[in-house]
Amino acid sequence: MSDNALRFHFDVDGENFTSAGQASVKIKKSLRELGVDAETIRRVSIAMYEGEINMVIHANGGDADVIVDERGIEIILSDHGPGIANIDQAMQEGFSTAPDNVRSLGFGAGMGLPNMKRYTDDMTIESVVGEGTTIRMRVNF
Amino acid sequence: MTVTELAAALSLTPVALPDGERVINGAYMGDLLSWVMGRARADNAWITIMTNMNVIAVASLSDVACVLLAEDVMPDQAVIDTANARDINLLRSPLSSYDLAVALSDALRKASL
Ligand SMILES: Nc1ncnc2c1ncn2[C@@H]1O[C@H](COP(=O)(O)OP(=O)(O)OP(=O)(O)O)[C@@H](O)[C@H]1O
Ligand SMILES: [Mg+2]
Repeated sequence: MSDNALRFHFDVDGENFTSAGQASVKIKKSLRELGVDAETIRRVSIAMYEGEINMVIHANGGDADVIVDERGIEIILSDHGPGIANIDQAMQEGFSTAPDNVRSLGFGAGMGLPNMKRYTDDMTIESVVGEGTTIRMRVNF
Repeated sequence: MTVTELAAALSLTPVALPDGERVINGAYMGDLLSWVMGRARADNAWITIMTNMNVIAVASLSDVACVLLAEDVMPDQAVIDTANARDINLLRSPLSSYDLAVALSDALRKASL
């Protein structure tokens, strides 16, 4: 990681679905100001939004860190929620434990983690049941 | 075809039209937000019956040209204000999602002739 990397940090509020996504929206704006190309911005901001929404819905909030260097963009999402017992199952399209109140908002298709994988060049999930989840994603320029 | 031209062609009612000159290159229809983020393309028109605040975030991050609200659903004022602030075009129609998609397809085809 080079010295002139740019770092952003956000506290993701676990209480509020309607304002969820603010960190992703801010990152989108910052990347545009940095002159990053539109397709890269789209991939980063969708992947980050999916992760941010997951922390709100499934983990009562968490932390989001974004690091931009000359090779690409790294997104680190960490929470102290319930953790994911079976990561392979969670990664499958259509698997969801979302409650009815968030399904009525249009979430709960079980497509968020697959989208995060699809839109990034690298993604790792570390999760311990009862302790929390950390997801790292990388999009290369 | 621009969003403003589509509004005229399909008699859509603008709910928020901060960027009417955006050009539409196709469409995606769906109400499940992660499907939209996974499948819609940049500059698509997005047809949906969802009206909550997350629709604006998804439209913005997916970089769609406009959101077409079927069945005459109407968002809250706070959602409309956010759409204007984030440069998201929102238009509504009494048509069903299917009929709106058919009409949109006709309009896009005619515009490309
Ligand atoms: N941060 C997290 N903490 C705990 N569980 C999680 C977390 N993120 C995802 N999960 C689990 O993985 C499942 C699949 O997540 P995914 O994002 O793919 O779908 P979803 O959030 O249920 O629906 P969608 O993203 O389509 O709205 C979730 O339903 C939940 O059980
Ligand atoms: Mg999700």
